[in-house]
Amino acid sequence: MFGSKNSGKQCAALESKLVEYLDGRARPAERHAVEEHLAACADCRSRAEEFRSLWSALDELPSISPSPAFDASLRSRIAAEPARHGFWEWMPSPRLVFAMTALVAVSVWLSSTPRFKTIAPSASQSSQQSPANQAAQITAESDFGMIRDLPELENFDVISKFDALSELSVPAATSTPEPRKEAR
Amino acid sequence: MARTDVQLMLDVKAGDEASFELLLRKYRTPLVNFLYRMVRDTAVAEDLAQEVFLRVYRARDQYAPSAKFTTWMFRIATNLALNSVRDNRHRRMEISMDQTVGTGEDEQRPLEVPDRAPSVEQELVARCRAELIMKAIHGLPEKQRAAVLLHKYQELDYDEIAGVLECSESALKSLLFRAYETLRVELAPLVNNSVRA
Ligand SMILES: [Zn+2]
Repeated sequence: MFGSKNSGKQCAALESKLVEYLDGRARPAERHAVEEHLAACADCRSRAEEFRSLWSALDELPSISPSPAFDASLRSRIAAEPARHGFWEWMPSPRLVFAMTALVAVSVWLSSTPRFKTIAPSASQSSQQSPANQAAQITAESDFGMIRDLPELENFDVISKFDALSELSVPAATSTPEPRKEAR
Repeated sequence: MARTDVQLMLDVKAGDEASFELLLRKYRTPLVNFLYRMVRDTAVAEDLAQEVFLRVYRARDQYAPSAKFTTWMFRIATNLALNSVRDNRHRRMEISMDQTVGTGEDEQRPLEVPDRAPSVEQELVARCRAELIMKAIHGLPEKQRAAVLLHKYQELDYDEIAGVLECSESALKSLLFRAYETLRVELAPLVNNSVRA
């Protein structure tokens, strides 16, 4: 029947409005629309009644109280928190900062070293290599080996064993932040 | 005039620990109840509620009142609860695969009903009804469950609940309708012959 089909559409439209109508938060225009439909539609009227009755049943669910130890336990968890966040907390760890600084220093040093610049041509002209060029390539390769190893060279002692780095590592070390021992 | 939650939180940010104490006193019971109804385990609920307060405390320096305090707090709580429920489900699946002996529902404790019921019989009925309700709520999909708890028991506004669940208000309204529709069917014995004594 045409009539029931039409009211079926209205029933579906009611679904999105029923909850806010029943909890009293619907705007006046929507409230009137719902009331009009409920007056005309017995199915929706009984569903609305059942929702009301469901909500009062849901009210029967008892509340629990936090245990007496709740506050004390929370306080001890808060007390275990580190002190307020300062600027240095946003920085990476001093060791990491040192490793990064050292890496930058090494690459600056290598790129400013003349024999490093001779590698590219000597590699392309490998057929006519002079002994001096071969020697340069060997040292350059050991330099590359050093760069490869760098991520593991977080330890100051290891890096300072490289003679060429010993003078660089002093300014690098002073540029890293002091570990905040007293804050922890 | 009483300070708003946002004002209290701004005072916490400024270093006033007493304001944090006020927020704790105001919200510990609602949070524990919300989380208990989400995870159905009192010990886990208390642990998660403390975690919520801990995260609120940790975030105090970065706190900027862009949303209502309760929206923010319940969003933290909901996310923690959903993660806990999912972790627990994984654990249970592993356990049941290991043991193949059904350990499904046996750790559920009976609900504590306040002792206002005068007779043992009435108390028993009340306990029974409360367990039915708890079970029906727990049977809802997690997002619907959170929506019902925030709507029915925490009485948050629609925009707040939508903010907590990160969905639109109209999506929330149909979510709530579907949830209550399920509960209406599940709790039909309580709904139909609910002769108010
Ligand atoms: Zn209808």
